[in-house]
Amino acid sequence: MSISSRIAENQPESFAFTAQNKKRIKEILGKYPKERKASAVMPLLDLAQRQHDNWIPMKAIEEISSMLGMAEIRVLEVATFYTMFNLRPVGRYYIQACGTTPCWLRGSDDVMRSIYDKLGIRTGETSACGKFTLLEVECLGACVNAPMVQINDDYYEDLDYISMGNLIDQMEAGELPSAGSLRGRQGSQPEPGATTLDTVIPMKTANNKAKTVSKGDADAG
Amino acid sequence: MITLTVDGVEIEVEEGSTVMHACEAAGKEIPRFCYHDRLSVAGNCRMCLVEMERAPKPVASCAMPAANGMVISTDTPMVKKAREGVMEFMLINHPLDCPICDQGGECDLQDQAMGYGGDRSRYLEPKRAVENKNMGPLISTIMTRCIHCTRCVRFSTEVAGVTDMGAIGRGESMEITTYLEKALASELSGNVVDLCPVGALTNRPYAFNSRPWELSHTETVDAMDAMGSAIRIDTRGNQVMRVLPRTNDDINEEWISDKTRHALDGLMRQRLDRPYLRGRNGRLAETSWAEAFKVIAAKIKKTRPGGIGAIAGDQCDSESMYALLKLMEALGSTNTDCRQDGSVIGGKGRSGYIFNSGFAGLEDTDFVLLVGTNPRHEAAVMNARLRRRWLDDGLQVARIGAEADLTYPVKELGDKVSILTEIAAGKNPVFNKMKRAKKPMIILGQGALNRPDSNAILHAASALAKETGVIAGDWNGFNVLHTAAARVAGLDMGFIPQNGGMNTQAMIKAVQNGALEVLFLLGADEIDLSSVKSKSFVIYQGSHGDAGARFADVVLPGAAWCEKDAIFVNSEGRVQHAQRASFPPGDAREDWAIIRALSDHLKASLPFDSHDALRQQMMAEHPIFAERDVLTASRFKSQGKTGKISDKPVKYAISSETGRSFYMTCPISRNSVTMAACIDAFDGNLGKAAE
Repeated sequence: MSISSRIAENQPESFAFTAQNKKRIKEILGKYPKERKASAVMPLLDLAQRQHDNWIPMKAIEEISSMLGMAEIRVLEVATFYTMFNLRPVGRYYIQACGTTPCWLRGSDDVMRSIYDKLGIRTGETSACGKFTLLEVECLGACVNAPMVQINDDYYEDLDYISMGNLIDQMEAGELPSAGSLRGRQGSQPEPGATTLDTVIPMKTANNKAKTVSKGDADAG
Repeated sequence: MITLTVDGVEIEVEEGSTVMHACEAAGKEIPRFCYHDRLSVAGNCRMCLVEMERAPKPVASCAMPAANGMVISTDTPMVKKAREGVMEFMLINHPLDCPICDQGGECDLQDQAMGYGGDRSRYLEPKRAVENKNMGPLISTIMTRCIHCTRCVRFSTEVAGVTDMGAIGRGESMEITTYLEKALASELSGNVVDLCPVGALTNRPYAFNSRPWELSHTETVDAMDAMGSAIRIDTRGNQVMRVLPRTNDDINEEWISDKTRHALDGLMRQRLDRPYLRGRNGRLAETSWAEAFKVIAAKIKKTRPGGIGAIAGDQCDSESMYALLKLMEALGSTNTDCRQDGSVIGGKGRSGYIFNSGFAGLEDTDFVLLVGTNPRHEAAVMNARLRRRWLDDGLQVARIGAEADLTYPVKELGDKVSILTEIAAGKNPVFNKMKRAKKPMIILGQGALNRPDSNAILHAASALAKETGVIAGDWNGFNVLHTAAARVAGLDMGFIPQNGGMNTQAMIKAVQNGALEVLFLLGADEIDLSSVKSKSFVIYQGSHGDAGARFADVVLPGAAWCEKDAIFVNSEGRVQHAQRASFPPGDAREDWAIIRALSDHLKASLPFDSHDALRQQMMAEHPIFAERDVLTASRFKSQGKTGKISDKPVKYAISSETGRSFYMTCPISRNSVTMAACIDAFDGNLGKAAE
């Protein structure tokens, strides 16, 4: 796919950050030395994308480049390098489905088939209703709960053909279940419950006082 | 110094060298695509891999600093295999279209695939294709051939100072482009074609014109501006096909401007290929040399010596100017001027009109004051050096003149030159800055030197120079930047009014009131003659049917600057020899020979019968012309006269205010179709930058 086709043909006439986002930009810029403010390019692109229906128009790229004193092409380079930045309109539900080996072994093909059967879209496409966009991506780092998809900001894990279909039904109805495993697992805990560290072990501290380690702490570790 | 071993030979290299430098010092050839001596190191092509002892894998020699005790091998099986592997990857997406590629025959990829690649392809999958980009009238793009070395991106960002190019996307979908595909708005854009190691960026006007092995090469110097850049002119038959830069670290490093590179298609248009004579009907009609000379002789015979004048143009070679000057002397006239623009410069010591520090002096300076000059248009390649000094160590530049983007920040002092008096009197902070600087420099542009008050400007500038260490000890930073290739030579031989003779403006006035009966224009096309009603007999000798020829009563066809062996003296005062690249068309002749022949008809035969004899006489009379290719220092004398500098804003010699575009400054470039296309494409941009 050529780059020019990744950039929307119909561009808005103008782009301006909202007052709230401008405040946020001030905070972000505060994190970097003044002469290194170009470092803020990625947070700003992200803000622009969130403000503008999950995609970045060229006017926003120009706005950011003038804010950060960068050449426009430098901002465009960053925006095109990362697949997380959308340069053309996407649906309200932006589904990034993992197809890397662990997810694939655990049935990511079924997940994608489910999406296709429900919405008729394959990777890079937006559904006829305009609400859903699918992109096949590489590993998102949730292999323990494979297969998984990311919808907007949240991970939905432990999917199969049916649960993915249900998920789409729910989104169409305008509601999204809480993120995480759809089989009800806690984090990446084994499904029957904890199999190790399930007893309380006394631990010695520096001044030799026994301290009780709670089960929750052990899990977090 | 660092000592390391390359292929078993112990060598020493300077601190800060890379392994690649060390290998080259050891006489080993290291193939490369992305590395370029004058650009930052990218290290992305991986072609320069070498084996280093105790390193687990091959290292990119261009990016690896040399260190003491390193043991490098460039001829092991591992290096051979690494190169083959890189080459194979490089060729995966490279089309095999060498037969229709303009780079063919001078392509780094072709050469290195032959030298270091495997002999067959294992790749059976589809290749990628990339859409071509629009990069303006000078660069044609076939982006499928691009190997992403990013030399063009680094050149435009670092050297040219226009951050329009970049690499967007990543991995297989990476593409080199300009932002929204706008043309590369730089006076140096043509250089990316030379830098491109493959055929992705090629010379657009030259597309499909010839193959490199069909061309004859002439190593010569440029006369499109006053820098005297080292160039190579490639010809096929008698046609100039293209112009390429040569390396000269003192002048142009290895860049040339787009005008130098692309204006020479103007050599094919509007050429004067036979003499013309203005008939009774007021029209120029073809004639013969004999007839033309007869008419001129008859006219001059009737004219008193003071009634003859001569103006030499901006691209004249030294020999023809010298011959004309000698002819005028023989005829008894002192009305001679080589300063068409009305400049007041010259006559008061050589160091008063040359770029004393040399362009290489820009490497040493730590403060530059620009007075009435826009170096981006007047000496584009020199401007790149200023930019590099700013990038490397924050060179401070201040300017008297209108705001214009020079690709580096400039402290603005307003556009009134009168501030120079204030600075010279120590009443402006710039004075202290210059005083504190170790090697400050003043660059005077022609815009400051062709005004009625220019003598006062020169005086203030030379006073400031003496006060602030611009001229101190060995350092002379009093620099005049010329725009005319012929100017310094003209001043060197004294082609200026002598003993009360008329200067250019006086001669043009005298042409209108009839005080001057005969005016000889030698390639003088830059005078605005559109509203001048001539009462005199005007002789024009030159290469093109341009302003001068339209004004003339007799037109003598001469050679363009690249069609004769000639001596040019650049802005720095460096005497350089240009070589003939092609022959003048039709009946046109070399200019000195025309003047020599004319002198016989005027019964004032010049005392040289050959080009060599002319040169010898010129060098005997003006020894400076014998000092080839070197800078000759001379004692600085105060310039100008005290006087009041007016508050009128200074106009740059090449700007929209003076009606001259960077792309059209001489008869050749005015007749160039390529330069016209550049004006269409860029002058919106450049005009804006200049205003």
